[in-house]
Amino acid sequence: MANTQAMCTSFKGELLVGHHNFGTGVTRGSTAADTFKAALYLASATVNASTTAFSATNEVSGTGYTSGGVTVTFGTAPSTSGTTAFVTPSASIAFSSVTLSTAFDAVLIYNSTQSNKAVSVHTFGSQTVTAGTFTLTMPVSDASTGLIRLA
Amino acid sequence: MIVTTTKGDMDDSLLDKREGSIDTSNESTNWVEYWHEGELVHRSVNMVLKRSVFAQGETQQI
Repeated sequence: MANTQAMCTSFKGELLVGHHNFGTGVTRGSTAADTFKAALYLASATVNASTTAFSATNEVSGTGYTSGGVTVTFGTAPSTSGTTAFVTPSASIAFSSVTLSTAFDAVLIYNSTQSNKAVSVHTFGSQTVTAGTFTLTMPVSDASTGLIRLA
Repeated sequence: MIVTTTKGDMDDSLLDKREGSIDTSNESTNWVEYWHEGELVHRSVNMVLKRSVFAQGETQQI
């Protein structure tokens, strides 16, 4: 047997469920899962890895769209496989009955329970919607394609 | 079939339907448009995201 330097896979999974806190100032109100939301951003916006929280600046606007976006359903708890921890929304993210005339090309997933702190940005080809529905269908939730992965 | 449009609900027999799709390494997208008298009155998009966000965890040798 030999010892092997590694970041423990269990730790990666536990990061996704809030077990570890190396800093200060974070108070969790309960053991319940947080609420996450998805907001759409204009193609002219600059949301990226530096984004720290949801902002309405350069968010899409239009008929039927509420600033802040829609709630994301994480019905399946984060999991690990191999050395990768992952989590994926368990349902599609749908913006129904909207008219979004200005091109948008990004969605920000953020934690509305924890001061709207940013989680991830996902970009795609520019789209518009007219009196219709924009649906983001999620990939298979596994270590290779899960929407959010820590490896 | 009734279609929701910018002019209210309309029967699709009155509309010109256009569909399209694109498949890239990032996404697979399908859209449907309905036009009435040369005006876009409905557009819906269904997109399957293929690319996840990925963070690599590393430990430093002590």
